[in-house]
Amino acid sequence: MMQFIMTLPWAIMLILFPLTGAIISFLWSKQGNKIGLVTITFVLISVIFLAWSIIEQDVYLHTIGGWDAPLGINLYADGLSLVMLIMTALVGLGISIYAISYFSADQSKRFWPLWLLIIAGLNALFLSSDIFNYYVALELIGLAAVSLTALGNTRKAFLGAMRYLLATLLGSLLYLFGVGLLYHGFGSLDIATLSRNVQSTPVLWVSFALMGGGLLLKTALFPLHFWLPPAHSSAPAPVSALLSALIIKSSFYILIRLWLSIFGPLGDGTVESIFGLLGAGAILWGSFQALRQTRLKLLVAYSTVAQIGYLFLAFALAMSGGSIAWNAVVFLAFSHALAKSAMFLVVGNLLRFGGHDEIIHLDRVAQRLPITTAAFALAGISIIGLPLSGGFIGKYFLLESALLQEQWGFVIILLLGSLLSAAYIFKVISHFFTPSSTPHDSKIIPANMEWAALLLALAAILLGLFSSSVLSIVDIGSPFELEGEKL
Amino acid sequence: MNMLFIYALTGTGLFFIGFYALIIHTNLLRKILALNIMGSGVFLVLISLAMRSGHSSPDPVSHAMVITGIVVAVSATALALVLMLKVVDITGKPDLHDQEDE
Repeated sequence: MMQFIMTLPWAIMLILFPLTGAIISFLWSKQGNKIGLVTITFVLISVIFLAWSIIEQDVYLHTIGGWDAPLGINLYADGLSLVMLIMTALVGLGISIYAISYFSADQSKRFWPLWLLIIAGLNALFLSSDIFNYYVALELIGLAAVSLTALGNTRKAFLGAMRYLLATLLGSLLYLFGVGLLYHGFGSLDIATLSRNVQSTPVLWVSFALMGGGLLLKTALFPLHFWLPPAHSSAPAPVSALLSALIIKSSFYILIRLWLSIFGPLGDGTVESIFGLLGAGAILWGSFQALRQTRLKLLVAYSTVAQIGYLFLAFALAMSGGSIAWNAVVFLAFSHALAKSAMFLVVGNLLRFGGHDEIIHLDRVAQRLPITTAAFALAGISIIGLPLSGGFIGKYFLLESALLQEQWGFVIILLLGSLLSAAYIFKVISHFFTPSSTPHDSKIIPANMEWAALLLALAAILLGLFSSSVLSIVDIGSPFELEGEKL
Repeated sequence: MNMLFIYALTGTGLFFIGFYALIIHTNLLRKILALNIMGSGVFLVLISLAMRSGHSSPDPVSHAMVITGIVVAVSATALALVLMLKVVDITGKPDLHDQEDE
């Protein structure tokens, strides 16, 4: 029986379930909430079984229709893909539980098909091993995400969504141009085949510039982050959560994959320094802007800009030869996804509760919404990187590899970044406890909206406690060996 | 071969013209058109690169990529136009600079 369950193609179900769910919830829109919850539960179960079979039997490889690469398209999952899939399923569950109470009936009709499409796209992306498949998944995710951003139906939401759409389309076009050149130069779209064929020619680096530029724009790395704060802060709370937690990570994941298998082994260190510099800029600029904001939602959005900086700092340290730094990348991405989605859900609760998100006018929130307050505090612990949280493990690895490589500049940036993030988190928390000078009525928050936020925040802390088992999962198929030959 | 080089060069040219227009124009319709011109540039490059030296038939994979790209471009343009109409409805003008935006 167990053997039979393990041989089922769980990876394919990870794509098929949400895709089917999206279509059904579109056709039968009145039952959106139920269909959505059932679908996300199936996705979670599929991830668990896929994880189980990968842990037992090593990396997963599926040749679609029996055609092997380079003729066919392969689905491939190693430790890195698996961790990303787990991240998607966990955050997806939290956001779905929250969304059933958050949206009005009319919004809910539009939310579920698009959200399930995004899950399908994300899962497809994390399972792909083909640079053109990445493009298709990116577009699927991008267009659905833009539509969700506009769901708020306000002036700011439409403007934010429009800006986001222009940025994401430009990013995809750059990426597609790069894919075309890479294919022309080295005759394949399959990552494993490419990693064997590539040579350091001008075509290779032009295509890296195009693909990398497109992906940086989509990941919103400073100074290409201009579209992020308006889009993430004007979308409805669950949508902001999924944009910040998951969508940003998808383009970042592609960048890691491309770098590890194709471009990294041929690089000479220039890209590393550029990424490191931009990452440092993002940390300082994002944190500084977050500190200046008077509206909580914008503060959280700018905090995302800063946290993206950490991902690239880790990327830079890892590229110059520290395997510890790759683990830092995984932990930072995963814990940021959990903590930041929790934070955006908290902001959604506060907006519903008091009708506004002006930080200084938060009115005795801690006494009246203890669960939401706890969720914000726990998520804050992980964002700052205080001990035992997932964020702490990430930043600790980062600091360790910066010290080992004697990159003192990065060490200073890391410490300064933590200090700044502590400042903006505590600034908010201090207003949770005080009465506001303009007291206001409060609305009741459904329990599942409070608990969804708390559970996501708790997961971000637990990630730190279970760091060794996460590390052993990441190691499956050794995704971080630069040769890329084991793909 | 020379002919193909001209196509590829034209495609690259279109790409940059579109990029330039995307940056300098504030009118959303012009921005959307600019993205479409960039897209056409990319497609032209991909199609011209599909000709393989020593083969009589072009490489079908590039063509498949272009077809997928066109499908994506059509739906993205449709979405962009709808969003633009919404923006015009609500702000009264087709650009991203909103006076009420602080």
